[in-house]
Amino acid sequence: MTVISAGTAEGGQELLSRSELTAKELLREVGSVLRLSETEAALLAEVETEAPEDQTMIINMGPQHPSTHGVLRLMLELQGETVLRCKPIIGYLHTGMEKTGEALTYMQGGTNVTRMDYLSPLNNELVFSMAVEKLLGIDGDIPERAVWMRMLLSELNRMSSHLLFLATNGMDLGAVSMMLYGWREREDVLRFFQKVTGLRMNHNFIRPGGLAADLPSGWRDDVLAILEGLPSRLEEYDILMTGQPIWRERLQGVGVITAQEAIALGATGPILRSTGVAWDLRRDMPYLHYDQLEFDVIVGQYGDAYDRYAIRFNEIRESMRIVYQILDRMPSGDYRIQNKKVTPPPRARIDESMEALIHHFKIFTEGFKVPEGEVYVAIESPRGEIGCYIVSDGSANPYRMHVRAPSFVNIQTMPHMMRGGLVADAVAVISSVDPVLGEVDR
Amino acid sequence: MSDVTDTVENAVATQHGCPVQDSHGQQVLHASRDQYVSVIKALADEGYEMCVDLTGVDYLANPHRTIGFGIQPERFEVVVNLLSLTLRKRIRVRVQVPAEDATLPTLFDVHPGTEAHERETFDMFGIVFTGHPDMTRILMPEDWDGHPLRKDYSQGSIPVQFKGAHS
Repeated sequence: MTVISAGTAEGGQELLSRSELTAKELLREVGSVLRLSETEAALLAEVETEAPEDQTMIINMGPQHPSTHGVLRLMLELQGETVLRCKPIIGYLHTGMEKTGEALTYMQGGTNVTRMDYLSPLNNELVFSMAVEKLLGIDGDIPERAVWMRMLLSELNRMSSHLLFLATNGMDLGAVSMMLYGWREREDVLRFFQKVTGLRMNHNFIRPGGLAADLPSGWRDDVLAILEGLPSRLEEYDILMTGQPIWRERLQGVGVITAQEAIALGATGPILRSTGVAWDLRRDMPYLHYDQLEFDVIVGQYGDAYDRYAIRFNEIRESMRIVYQILDRMPSGDYRIQNKKVTPPPRARIDESMEALIHHFKIFTEGFKVPEGEVYVAIESPRGEIGCYIVSDGSANPYRMHVRAPSFVNIQTMPHMMRGGLVADAVAVISSVDPVLGEVDR
Repeated sequence: MSDVTDTVENAVATQHGCPVQDSHGQQVLHASRDQYVSVIKALADEGYEMCVDLTGVDYLANPHRTIGFGIQPERFEVVVNLLSLTLRKRIRVRVQVPAEDATLPTLFDVHPGTEAHERETFDMFGIVFTGHPDMTRILMPEDWDGHPLRKDYSQGSIPVQFKGAHS
């Protein structure tokens, strides 16, 4: 095998200095993403290039800056304290997970995808499993209990992810005590996950065909304890942040994005909803049994950081509402499909049957073969649309496994939100986009 | 190019002059390179206003696959996932890209949000999107050799250089 070095004379990834900038490049950096008319664009380019270079300064924010949520690097061009241009530079956490996915069997794939968006691992596993099931043609045969369990876990995961958002958002904006409270609440949910799956994070619990195990005894009391403890705490946070003039001043009108821009940029999740577009895959393209549940899609109005904060805050409440309904309706039954092709034989059978032992061994060493085909499945993760595109060539490994990561796309909105704002607001903007760099870089 | 030959099915469903395929209940549209941008534009006008995903596939290890509709399979394929918020529908556009001329016009003017996706596809597969305003690597370092998601990219033989190490 040879290493290909195609004729790729690519330039630097960095933000160009103003003297090297042509109008076209400037257009990309400042408003690339806007659908401007030719004249508008030309006007913008003319005005901006006139800013003398000795009055502006390009600085790096990150990749080690604590408020960049990992290893995001932003190159900012500043004039005084005003951000003129911004370019996010990513790739510092790239570990080739899509390539790894091709080497792992469908059975093992869950361990890989769960590490992408490490704040909502169960949603990653869910979308991967759903894509594999669709290729296998068993997506309609998943037992009821497995479907409801998946919904329970995915909603609790949404709560834990948004609680962590409240924590980091508070910390980034100076409400440091909120950081402690948010992590504390999230830990309650993670403790439940640990009891169910054995791990706090990176569970690999939702697998093609169902789940890895049934819910442990006493799970209902644990969930109820979380649900009953949370509302009073959320009210405290409402008092601590939502109504506070400092909090409002810090967020309202900061990082504004319009619905048109968000759609053009492909932004989904709370960013799209903050602009007033009521789009939630759980309601608009229902998967699992979300069409049987009652919940509201939280929508903002101004598209600013405050709206995004309020949306996530209230989505915790909506998720709690959903979890209550799931508790009422959780059916009994099997937690995985009884299809010999994808499901290993039960433990008791292995002791008495040689064939069952061989079957068990083969499923875990060779995996199961998936018919040829390609499929794209998308669900609503806490950050937006997470999609999984799998191409199968009929073997036990995916021929190509691509994950459409919501943070990867959402990060493109940052230059828009920051443009013309203060450098201090850059932190508020990053925080309100809520990117997970593990999923951005994959 | 896409000479639609009605051999198997006597009536091939087409949309904007491209054959439409049903893949596990999902609509897939096979466009040729010439049609590519105009089809995406036409679909955008039709209501598919958001481009949620754009990615590539390298079919080097699977050269004898059949697509049907008389389409000549090529080494690379670019897959574009479009979403309509108003119609609540998805459609997928697949384009064949030959290895000897791995280029495709950019979708930047139609869907600016494909900027990062196209850079990623270039980075991972070496497919060049002509007209893209910033065709640079996005995930790998600038001076990286090769394109990792290609099937003939040799894994495990990447020279790892540690600065200051005695060789």
